[in-house]
Amino acid sequence: MLRKWALVIPLVLIPAFAAATEPDDKLINLVHQDCGSCHGLTLKGGLGPDIRPESVSHYDVETLSEVVLDGIPGTAMPPWRPLMSEADAKKIAEYLLQGEIK
Amino acid sequence: MKWFGMTLAAAMMATTVHAETIRTTGDLGLVVERATGSLLLVDQSERASISRIEGLGDLSHASLVYSPDQRFAFVFGRDGGLTKVDITEQKIVGRVLQSGNAIGGAISDDGSLVAVSNYDPGGVRIFDADTLEMVLDIPTESKTIGLVDAPGKRFVFTLWDDGETWIADLSGETEKITKIKDIGENPYDALITGDGRLYITGLFGEDGLTALDLWDETPEPIRVLPEYGRGQKEMPVYKMPHLEGWARAGREFVLPAVGHHQVLWIDGETLEETGRTDTYGQPVFAMSRPDGRQVWVNFAHPLNDTIQVIDTVSKEIVHEFKPGPAVLHMEFTPRGHEVWISVRDAGKVQVYDTRTFEKLAEIDAESPSGIFFTSRAHRTGL
Repeated sequence: MLRKWALVIPLVLIPAFAAATEPDDKLINLVHQDCGSCHGLTLKGGLGPDIRPESVSHYDVETLSEVVLDGIPGTAMPPWRPLMSEADAKKIAEYLLQGEIK
Repeated sequence: MKWFGMTLAAAMMATTVHAETIRTTGDLGLVVERATGSLLLVDQSERASISRIEGLGDLSHASLVYSPDQRFAFVFGRDGGLTKVDITEQKIVGRVLQSGNAIGGAISDDGSLVAVSNYDPGGVRIFDADTLEMVLDIPTESKTIGLVDAPGKRFVFTLWDDGETWIADLSGETEKITKIKDIGENPYDALITGDGRLYITGLFGEDGLTALDLWDETPEPIRVLPEYGRGQKEMPVYKMPHLEGWARAGREFVLPAVGHHQVLWIDGETLEETGRTDTYGQPVFAMSRPDGRQVWVNFAHPLNDTIQVIDTVSKEIVHEFKPGPAVLHMEFTPRGHEVWISVRDAGKVQVYDTRTFEKLAEIDAESPSGIFFTSRAHRTGL
């Protein structure tokens, strides 16, 4: 019985996650831990490029949040839209450009 | 006789070293604490941590290899740091910052050389294992991935941007580098089989894998499972799979698919597909219990709280459980009776019995990622 529930819960959680706005510290953790899988924990690059503020400064918030949401076709950058709201993607773009969430 | 033996042993210890100062290393291991730049020294038999070694820099995605005597660990940090740790003294004995951005390393079969794979600037650098002095720099125009040791004092690695595999032979007076083209588009990781014969590269830019037979004088790329995902919708890959810790189960290999929630089964002789098993998410590690009877699989974000266990005879999932948030790595005890699992966001390393699946212990750790037991010292490719 327990196992059945364990299987059901994530299916319910994911759409909820996509719609809601996450607390800022959770988003920052996501950037460093999960974006960090490719871009490095300190965001200075790995298999993916350096995404520290000085390296992404040619983007504006809107374009950068679109990159986060839709990925870059033909590269390893995946679309994050299935996992996050547009509001959160905008916050992440702000964080990447400014080094903090305002 | 027994009494005599014990007396003799006691007498010998008294004249050489004190028994209480000896720390044997055969059942020890190191856990990478990625965010704090530290290592946790652990004891497999006690299922406990012994001490923490600090000051290793940025350890996100860090890995390490062991000297043949299982005394030293060479730790490859993301910041380009190469750190030599003495496990018996529980301290850092050497450290060089050898590049700006590194991704793993290897130790030569004779234990004399340590190689580091770099993203920025791309290439492989080779160091003397005793002194950490650089003995060879092999620059590439590309990020390098899949660096492994191969028998005959060789290192093998692959270029992410260029789709080439290079074999560096350091057995002679001067190095010999063999370059093999047409490996495929965007190779993301590679493995070498335990016998040192096959080097298998996973591809991100196209479906399939590429194998090289290192027993050939001039290895030719062998395509494996080309277009395995054809006709199926590709799913976003939020974390690249790892091929290190690949599974060989009897005559078959088990490998994570990319962009599909599956593991792939390949015949170890013919390299033909023998099956697929649908999994809970995008597999990151598919690791074989040392006897080959089970394969344990963890998954990419956001499904990274779960592990599935596959029976290699039936290829069916026989167990599924949720150790906790962000399961990053698994390491089996050398004979496979237990498995250690790092659960990053719970700050725990958990130990499970691989037959009953019972949890045997939990060890506190700071954002644990890779777990490396000293038994790796005696295995090619690890």
